[in-house]
Amino acid sequence: MQISTTRSFLLLAALTIGGAGIAIGQTEVPAAVKARQGQMQLQSFYLSTLGEMARGNIDYDADAAQASADSLVAIAAMDWDPLWPEGTATSEVEASRALPAIWTDAEGYAAAWDAFGTAAAAVQGVAGGGLDGLRAEMGALGQSCGGCHDDYRVSND
Amino acid sequence: MMRRLLSAAALIALICVVAGLWLTRAERLPEGAVASLAGDATRGEQVFWAAGCASCHAAPDAEGEARLVLAGGEAFPSEFGTFYAPNVSMHPERGIGSWDAAAFADAVQRGVSPEGAHYYPVFPYASYALAEPQDIADLWAFWQTLPASDAENRPHDVGFPFNIRRGIGLWKRLYVHDDYAVQGPLDSDAERGRYLAEALSHCGECHTPRDALGGLDRARWFAGAPNPSGRGRIPAIDSDDLNWSRREIAQYLADGFTPDFDVAGGHMASVIANLANLPEEDRDAIAAYVQAVSPSK
Repeated sequence: MQISTTRSFLLLAALTIGGAGIAIGQTEVPAAVKARQGQMQLQSFYLSTLGEMARGNIDYDADAAQASADSLVAIAAMDWDPLWPEGTATSEVEASRALPAIWTDAEGYAAAWDAFGTAAAAVQGVAGGGLDGLRAEMGALGQSCGGCHDDYRVSND
Repeated sequence: MMRRLLSAAALIALICVVAGLWLTRAERLPEGAVASLAGDATRGEQVFWAAGCASCHAAPDAEGEARLVLAGGEAFPSEFGTFYAPNVSMHPERGIGSWDAAAFADAVQRGVSPEGAHYYPVFPYASYALAEPQDIADLWAFWQTLPASDAENRPHDVGFPFNIRRGIGLWKRLYVHDDYAVQGPLDSDAERGRYLAEALSHCGECHTPRDALGGLDRARWFAGAPNPSGRGRIPAIDSDDLNWSRREIAQYLADGFTPDFDVAGGHMASVIANLANLPEEDRDAIAAYVQAVSPSK
């Protein structure tokens, strides 16, 4: 358990750095898994702009905040169903942290993804209107991510 | 001759039984340790969030204000069986509404029930044992302001021999310490952080590996551990493994975003929901302490 988790973690890290997954000699990662992991990275990328502003680590910039929030809403609107084919759970694809609950509780998973869309839309509504408004909505946005990771992703945290 | 041998054997057996009962007995706090102190509910609320009570005792998936209803029910799988968090709301029968400050403190800091039975160490009294009596008095003052729930308790699902609670008395002798896991010179921020992290927030209960008897391995403090749910790992957060800055750690404890803007899930999301209620200095203090935990300590 420990070894395979470490290995899948390494694999994930390698993929993140530059698609070096194959170099490790594991079986090939399905395109859908790569695509959805890329999608998650896009989410954290746009989230980071908003989050660093909310934390006060970078200066608030209304245009940049608005563009990031718009991007998150666009990601939420993507057709995500094809990214989650059966047979790509963590037990079936080493690079995957997807729990079987995604498929056994498809309705709950859809609701969790919708919750992200709702939270992203709320941020979109305030992101360009000042730092205080942005700060007020960031908590809910973070919780929508965490809510999904809670039940549908293997916990490494 | 035979008779004398037999009576000697009986005497030895009796001594063993008496020693066993003595070693496994439930020990309460000294009388008046907490009960003699006046509690302040406002301060107690800070202790409540720092100590993470709601993470285990709120109903599963409770959010927001609902986390103040300590109805219990959350399942805690382990190698020894599955434990279910009890109702510790102020309900007089199904919760702990009929307790007094002394009973509360004996439970929280000694793992002893009002009837004198041991609680299982899934309840982190081994951490809370290090807390200041005044904090426990304040916590009880706050606790009494919380709502009652009539949720029924679910019995733990624990097999032999772990269902013999008396044995927990021995476990306590091995694993309930009266000193901190991290010794050595710390600056005042890290010292405050150590108090918060070791005595109240009990980070080590998940982030430190356990030995065969389920006790924390203090020589590998914060070295990470298998997730008791059976899936995934709880990460190592000692200074070799966690290369986040102090500010990054403190901010993560407030909003749940890692430096890469991944978002905590699982139990850590709940921990963050608690710590977000603390003043910024406290999260910064915990961060200072975490950075001071070296693997070779």
